Amino acid sequence: MSSQTQNSARKKLISEIIINGALLLLVLVWTIPTLGLLVSSFRTRFDIQTSGWWWVLPHREWVTVEEFPPGDDLDRDGVMEFAGVSGTFAELREGVSMDDGRKVTWVGNKRLGVIKIQEQKWIMRTDFTLENYGQVLAGKTYEIQTTSGETKTVQGDDFTGSFLNSLTISIPATVIPILIAAFAAYGFAWMDFPGRKPLFTMVVALMVVPLQIALVPILQDYVRLDLNGTFLAVWLAHTGFGLPLATYLLFNYIKGLPREILESAFIDGASHFTIFARLILPLSIPALASFAIFQFLWVWNDYLIALVFIGAKPDVQVLTMRIAEMVGSRGSDWHLLTAGAFISMLLPLIVFFSLQRFFVRGLLAGSVKG
Amino acid sequence: MHPTSDYQTKTSGFLEWLVLIIGRVLISLIVPVTTFAVLIIGFRWLRDTIPSGTAEKTVVSLVAIVWGVGGAAILYLVSNWLVEQLSPRWVKRLQPFIFVGPAIAILAWYLALPTFRSLWISLFDRAGPAEVPFSMLFTAPGEFFAQFSTNFIGLNNYIAVFTERTMIEAFRNNLLWILFGASLAIIFGLMVAVLADRSRFENLAKSLIFLPMAISMVGAGVIWNFIYEVKDIADPQIGLLNAVWVALGQEPQAWTALITQPWNNIFLIIIMIWLQTGYAMVIFSAAIKGIPEDLIEAARVDGASEVQIFFRIMIPYIMGTIITVSTTVVIFTLKIFDIVMVMTGGQFSTHVIATQFYRQAFTSNNKGLAAAIAIVLLITVIPVMIYNLRQFAEEEAF
Repeated sequence: MSSQTQNSARKKLISEIIINGALLLLVLVWTIPTLGLLVSSFRTRFDIQTSGWWWVLPHREWVTVEEFPPGDDLDRDGVMEFAGVSGTFAELREGVSMDDGRKVTWVGNKRLGVIKIQEQKWIMRTDFTLENYGQVLAGKTYEIQTTSGETKTVQGDDFTGSFLNSLTISIPATVIPILIAAFAAYGFAWMDFPGRKPLFTMVVALMVVPLQIALVPILQDYVRLDLNGTFLAVWLAHTGFGLPLATYLLFNYIKGLPREILESAFIDGASHFTIFARLILPLSIPALASFAIFQFLWVWNDYLIALVFIGAKPDVQVLTMRIAEMVGSRGSDWHLLTAGAFISMLLPLIVFFSLQRFFVRGLLAGSVKG
Repeated sequence: MHPTSDYQTKTSGFLEWLVLIIGRVLISLIVPVTTFAVLIIGFRWLRDTIPSGTAEKTVVSLVAIVWGVGGAAILYLVSNWLVEQLSPRWVKRLQPFIFVGPAIAILAWYLALPTFRSLWISLFDRAGPAEVPFSMLFTAPGEFFAQFSTNFIGLNNYIAVFTERTMIEAFRNNLLWILFGASLAIIFGLMVAVLADRSRFENLAKSLIFLPMAISMVGAGVIWNFIYEVKDIADPQIGLLNAVWVALGQEPQAWTALITQPWNNIFLIIIMIWLQTGYAMVIFSAAIKGIPEDLIEAARVDGASEVQIFFRIMIPYIMGTIITVSTTVVIFTLKIFDIVMVMTGGQFSTHVIATQFYRQAFTSNNKGLAAAIAIVLLITVIPVMIYNLRQFAEEEAF
């Protein structure tokens, strides 16, 4: 009997270890990429370009302990001897190990190189800096030679502008569709008018229509109306593409509210508008919040719509465009890219973690757009 | 009593009434006109002001936000106020359109009409349909049709969509995205949901897997560049994958570019799996919590193993959810754009349908072909649309 309980206890322990082990592995795989970016964003430009971000962890690395010129009176084509080991130039270039584990390496070319004696040591590369963030927020400074020969420091362009643009686009592009959808949802749920059913059927049908279908015609309209590259153009585009889902979700929610509220308010002489503004909106806050988070993340993280409707206007450029442009520049500004990318994630991550519950609720209600 | 005084009260009543009516009409005109004027002045100012410094830019941003959000609210207030000036019968008749009208107008402009307009554009070559005033159909019908026939090419764009080498490659890649990306995101999502359900660290684990959902695909591109970056074999690798690969004694690889095509696509697909697993996990997690505990307990008592319980009870029980999640993830995958655009720009045979659409529409400027691609995208989601409409018709909500 007791051996049986012991057995089952052991079985339980083993399955717990397997479950948590597998989970830990998955979580690590999912977290390491983001962690890498976070760590990189605090490293110096030189470190980012010459070593992996995991070098901040203790690791064994060859460290130069002694350095000297090879000397002039050497037969550089034959076998040479340094610090007790010998080898040809080619062998020395590769590094020749000494008995005590150190190694001798010829660094540089045959004529001008130096000899380095290196030792493997446990080290961490932890020269952390806030400079990347500083440059991203305040702008990179360039030294420029003017024609008169003086050097001038010029303040480069920073991320603050595109951060502000992202905000200026995201806030109204979140609030406007919610407002419009809430009015429409109320109208569909609690008002009677001709065409109510076919119009709502249209809303449902439009939920999965890919937005690509609209880009070419809408861009034509914008060019004709001289709207292209304005905030209004982008707000309206996000409103249009988010509206079917918002209307559908809010309709489901508002329809589920008790009808007696409406009737008793009517008896008290309230108009539809008053009922909507004073009663329904406050009662719908959970549904409004979950859609708001969803739409905000969607707009903030959007790249395609910004690319099409802002396109060539650098002073309206949003963060995603700015970052994508930098990724394209391959390498040279990676230290800025790390900090910039992290700043662009900061706001969505804050929104996400503080309001995760609403977000999950929204997802469960079907907040995935077509 | 006195006829004259009676007459006087009547006229003064009529005058009063007249003044009231005129006043009302005036106010009804003045209020919306000033509102529109203010909004238009605001728009002009926002469009034409080019800020020169950060401080100024902050002001412009603030004004824009207030103008946008406030403007939308004021338009509702004013139009509703206008309608409420009418008699109750008209209020009842018109007010619903104040509520649903703006939504319907925007949906029509941004989604419903563009579907037909794209269909129309897709029948023309890169120059697109000629811009002819519609009235010409009555004044000079021959001329009207002649204008269109010059660059009307019928279904040729659709033939190109399905025969051009670059397009076929895009379709193949999108298929890879669906086969590997969508299915693995769903499988991992299910795995995490099941494992987390039995772990003490459920919330922490779920939050961490879910976290990439908040990150833009552009940001994800930056993150994964630090995984895939390749350096010469003589230098230390700064990409994690190559560091591991070199430590295993292999040559460093350009994962997203030069390795054997089409397998470089897989490394882009991994990014999408990383982003979407969280979504699948959240939905599955909720579904699993909905499985009655006694059902699983009963199976356990009958001696079913955990694996059997998973395949014979859990999977069938949440099948509906699995189908919903799969449809959503597949639709998402079908329109994948940002990841490819940021990582490779479509080079090295990594184009997908949405990037080809973008390239044709805005780089090659072949609007006709682009519209045809968009229509093909739409056709692929029509079954889902029909399913949604059926579901809606069954729910007797109306």
